[in-house]
Amino acid sequence: METEVWAKNMDAANLPPFEVCLLNNNMAVRRALENVHDALKPLSLCAEDSENIELVLAEVLNNVVEHAYPPSIKDGDIAIRCVHKDDGLHWKIIDEGVALQKTIQALGDPVDLDVAFDDLPEGGFGWFLIKTLAHDVSYTRQNGQNQLSLRIVVGETA
Amino acid sequence: MELETKTEERFKVVSVKDSRIDAAVALEFKDAMRAQTEEGPGVVVLDLSKVEFIDSSGLGAIVASMKNMGQEKTLALAGLTPTVARVFRLTRMDSVFKLFPTLDGAIDELRL
Repeated sequence: METEVWAKNMDAANLPPFEVCLLNNNMAVRRALENVHDALKPLSLCAEDSENIELVLAEVLNNVVEHAYPPSIKDGDIAIRCVHKDDGLHWKIIDEGVALQKTIQALGDPVDLDVAFDDLPEGGFGWFLIKTLAHDVSYTRQNGQNQLSLRIVVGETA
Repeated sequence: MELETKTEERFKVVSVKDSRIDAAVALEFKDAMRAQTEEGPGVVVLDLSKVEFIDSSGLGAIVASMKNMGQEKTLALAGLTPTVARVFRLTRMDSVFKLFPTLDGAIDELRL
């Protein structure tokens, strides 16, 4: 009896799945990150977990805004879906832009800083941050949609 | 993108008043920094104590600002909040810049 009640409470502790939608522009990304932050409030995440989520999602969304939709499309839809499971927050970011041009495996190598001053990199950090802070990063393309999936662990101290 | 500046004899402090340097303002930040650093002292301290969030675009914009100043000048960063410091550490960009924990500490050291 007691085990059942405890198990029920554990299920209730997981946040119900939610979705945040936005259009493909930078200010919409800011608002979406705020909406995600608000949706996660019941979890009372520590600062570092919140930061990880914000940074990973910012990088993923920036990629979509920058590369998935061409500049002429101002109203491209992007959906962020979140499912809270025992092993962390499972995210799916879906858009209807052009397909990712590289495999996930090929993306996100550490950027080489051992270069001349004028060759110091001004970009290329995004995928590295995503793959460093998130687990199980994977990509599929179905029915004209890009779907990026990843998992962010929360509630553990480093 | 709001920058507040204070020029001393041998260095200039540029304080970022916005709380985010992200994709939305990266270009604006680069332009504003160029305007503030193309003339004046060879040492510029970028005060980031009000900045609570940077993404890779913001990081890139700061690197671009340093490169734009040229190798003869110095761009130091001061007052990084924990979140921002973490981004620099993760990308190992903390090895590329001179970092001061506080603006006061930066000013004290540069006035010597």
